[in-house]
Amino acid sequence: MSTATTTETTPAPAVEKIKVKVDGREIEVPKTMPDPISGKPIPTTMIQACAQSNVDVPHYCYHPKLPVVGNCRMCLVEYGTPALGPDRKPVMNADGTPKIAKSPRPAIACATPVSPGMEIYTNTPGVKQMREGVLEFLLINHPLDCPICDQAGECKLQEYSVDYGQSSSRFVEPKVHKPKAVDLGPRIVLDDERCILCTRCIRFSKDIVGDDALGIVNRGSYNTLTAYPGKVFDNNYTLNTVDICPVGALTSKDFRFKMRVWFLKETKSVCTSCATGCNIIIGSREEKIYRYEPRQNDAVNSCWMCDSGRLNYKWVGREDRLTDVRRPVEPGKSEKTTWNAAINEISRKLKSTASGSVAIVASARQTNEELWLLSKLKSKLGALSDSIPRTGEGDKLLVNADRNPNTNGARLTGICFTEMGSNLPQIAAGISSGKIKTLIVFGEDVTRHGIGLDLLGKLDTLIVSDILPNGTTRLAHYLLPGCAHAEKRGTFTNAKGRVQKFMKAVEPPGDSRAEWEFLHDLVFNVTGQDGFLTIEGLFNEMAKDVPAFKGLTWAGLGDGGATVQI
Amino acid sequence: MAQEYKLILKYADEPGYTPDAECYLRHGGYEPLKKAMAMKPKDLPDGKKILPQEQIREDVKISGLRGRGGAGFSCGLKWSFVDRKSGKPIYLICNADESEPGTFKDRQIMYKDPHQLIEGMIIACYANDVHLAYIYIRGEMADGAKILNRALAEARSKNFLGKNILGSGYDLEIHVHRGAGAYICGEETGLIESLEGKRPYPRIKPPYFPAVLGLWMCPTIVNNVETLCNVKHIVAMSGAEFAKLGTPNNTGTRIVSLSGHVKKPGYYEIEVGKATIGELINDPKFGGGLRDGRKLKAVIPGGSSAKVFKAGEKFKLKKKGADGQMTEQEVDMLDLPYDFDSLIAAGSMSGSSAIIVMDDTTDIVEALANIAVFYAHESCGQCTPCREGSLWMSKALDRLTHGEGRATDADYLVKIADNIPGGRTICAFGEACSWPVQSFVGKFKDEFVARGKADEERRARENVQPIAATPPERHELAAAH
Repeated sequence: MSTATTTETTPAPAVEKIKVKVDGREIEVPKTMPDPISGKPIPTTMIQACAQSNVDVPHYCYHPKLPVVGNCRMCLVEYGTPALGPDRKPVMNADGTPKIAKSPRPAIACATPVSPGMEIYTNTPGVKQMREGVLEFLLINHPLDCPICDQAGECKLQEYSVDYGQSSSRFVEPKVHKPKAVDLGPRIVLDDERCILCTRCIRFSKDIVGDDALGIVNRGSYNTLTAYPGKVFDNNYTLNTVDICPVGALTSKDFRFKMRVWFLKETKSVCTSCATGCNIIIGSREEKIYRYEPRQNDAVNSCWMCDSGRLNYKWVGREDRLTDVRRPVEPGKSEKTTWNAAINEISRKLKSTASGSVAIVASARQTNEELWLLSKLKSKLGALSDSIPRTGEGDKLLVNADRNPNTNGARLTGICFTEMGSNLPQIAAGISSGKIKTLIVFGEDVTRHGIGLDLLGKLDTLIVSDILPNGTTRLAHYLLPGCAHAEKRGTFTNAKGRVQKFMKAVEPPGDSRAEWEFLHDLVFNVTGQDGFLTIEGLFNEMAKDVPAFKGLTWAGLGDGGATVQI
Repeated sequence: MAQEYKLILKYADEPGYTPDAECYLRHGGYEPLKKAMAMKPKDLPDGKKILPQEQIREDVKISGLRGRGGAGFSCGLKWSFVDRKSGKPIYLICNADESEPGTFKDRQIMYKDPHQLIEGMIIACYANDVHLAYIYIRGEMADGAKILNRALAEARSKNFLGKNILGSGYDLEIHVHRGAGAYICGEETGLIESLEGKRPYPRIKPPYFPAVLGLWMCPTIVNNVETLCNVKHIVAMSGAEFAKLGTPNNTGTRIVSLSGHVKKPGYYEIEVGKATIGELINDPKFGGGLRDGRKLKAVIPGGSSAKVFKAGEKFKLKKKGADGQMTEQEVDMLDLPYDFDSLIAAGSMSGSSAIIVMDDTTDIVEALANIAVFYAHESCGQCTPCREGSLWMSKALDRLTHGEGRATDADYLVKIADNIPGGRTICAFGEACSWPVQSFVGKFKDEFVARGKADEERRARENVQPIAATPPERHELAAAH
């Protein structure tokens, strides 16, 4: 569970700056930057200086979050440093500028530190020729099976071939053949012929996950990536290797051969499988989700996400999704109705309830906005409210023991207290004693949390909104089909207090509607509160009302979110 | 006249000389170590003291000793790069992974006179404040590892090694580590990785310069067997005396491995630069000339990775005259003094001092194909140009030597080779695999072209499809069926 402290980090101590030139343009870069693994300051490299100068240096093995190995040689650049005379003093040109001694040998931009006055040349004929040479070497033994390769469309070999490739090959020798469709583990398939031996996957598994599962065997051009003999590549982060594989060597069993990537619509979203709130990209086409991929956010998940979160999307498209709005006709029987009819009926009923006779069980899988709207109902009706904790085992990397994506949102909006679930016995007792006559349940199956069928049977009114059928939805008097996060917009507050927004990737099925939309109508009918017909307006209204969110705006959250005091 | 000069191999081949400690001691062994251990701090006029260790390091610098492994880098300078302020232990590794084709000098020392190496190592370790050192020996030299371990045990029992060596208070342990038969383990950072139990992938430099971030990320010195033996002699005779051996900037002696088409292949120790390539091949004291009736065709002067010299090749070398003036002289390949600098000036290198002689019976295309197979087999495969280029060149040469050549293959080979060296790779293997191709094809191009042309003519006669640069078009395949 999260701790009640802020996660705003103290600003790093000022780092000495040095001036370098990238392709003739002077830029000031910090002398050191944090090591991707240890965080300790290490000399800034050429590729980092180029990135800060918005100059793209092509690369395969380099990854900003992994240790540098410098094996692909694609990032070779030419460079020069201020010339020193015999007296070790800089030699000056006639115009007073320092004379630059160009290095006779190129350097790999990923590993070579910058030094004051250094000039980096990334677009000379020599550099272009080296890139062409490296690319040719990478392609000679590559199967060139782009038409049936899952990586096609997001492949670095393809991308750099456009820039540095030849239209025809001069290679006439037989290609090296290596294992195909190797079953590395439950989620990963390896095509060794496509592998360019950059070792990103090896370094990720060893240095980020701590699972030294992958390695290279054989020598030279016969080098082959493999899992250690008898070892199955099966940690909770294996699918990240598919993301960082610059080519089509590592593919996801879940995604391979399902969809050409260029047809996928990419939607920025947030993973809902735990309180970490990893930033993701949802890949969808024609209202069907095909994959989740991590989206870089250094304040949350770096470039990674866990396999369990990544594969937890199939429920969104389940056949048994709740799609009908239902209202009661006689005890034990309900009928399909319209949103207007149901919301108006519910509104009338709620307005006529006695204070304290309503209880609300919301879900910490709902958005901040939805929980806030429910909290408005709660105060108007004098209702008891709570939410249901959901816990599992956490790990050192990303997985939080709190499996709810918005526990902090439920707390900050006042739906539950620090100890989530502590009100549930009281609610159960209230129903049992007859004091509570109306129960509003959002996204939870209360029958599994101490409010059994017998208690639900005692209620006058049971209003339930959910996405999939469960014990509670089956007893609902009013059933309001809601939306998965991928079908709506909103924000979550993660374990560290980071408020992050997510966007809509696919349309909801049937009549189901985003909860915040119909909750808005309900809240307006019951309390008269208005003014937030759009998600932007709703968020901004909430930010004005909830102390912790003060100062936030929907637009200001950006793609990466903002951290609040929790 | 050129003479053999036996410094390192002074006793090794004497009748009755054995690799045990008693024999070594009878021949004055471990006296230089005793001398080193007895050295006193030297007082300077300004009151500062120079420790014995610093004195030895200075003497090695004065000696001008250059590394005998291949690169010929100044040993004293290498030692001066060692980070002595890190607080981490400093390691010394003897590189005994002698694998360059044509080279068989270190083997002589280790098998016949192991204590000389051990003594050189102990002194080098003492001079560099090293307390743990390794001998990384080529896996194929199984007997060598046994001999060295036996010698180390003897040295320990005589207190030349272990705790409080000769009562000096200095401790040192040396372990023998056997490689598993990979050429790349002779590359110093590949060797270090291997010693750490990993794949011998050479490290990128920067940042992993062994002198700063070597074995277990600690400062590390890696020296060749012969280099370390020389340290013993420098202490015995003084750096200034050692520097009188050989020629300026090319001091001391070198053991030359001479192989190929000469009457007397073998190893010969000479003062560096005091014999020419021609003398080493033809002088009765050395190779004794080519086989009767043969003419010289080519010489690889420094192990198979060195660029080949063609018989009759002439070089313009700058020479410093007695008056200090630089003059340019034309020198025939055979008249090149066998030293570090002349061979570099002539566009090749003395490398591991292995001379491979080829007479006019040599099929130069086959010779290069043979070399290329070796480098394709030994590329570690870590970085792209060497991994892919070494096998590509080997496959092309295999084709050319098996009747599938093309007249254009000479250019084809050089174009591949040109994309490998010059800083494009992590280690010098890129040069090692491409220099032979560049130089063989460059200097004997007509033979490569003729070989390819002959194949083309044969294919034309036999009406066989030419080798296509791209696979046949789909409609062509359809027509064939």
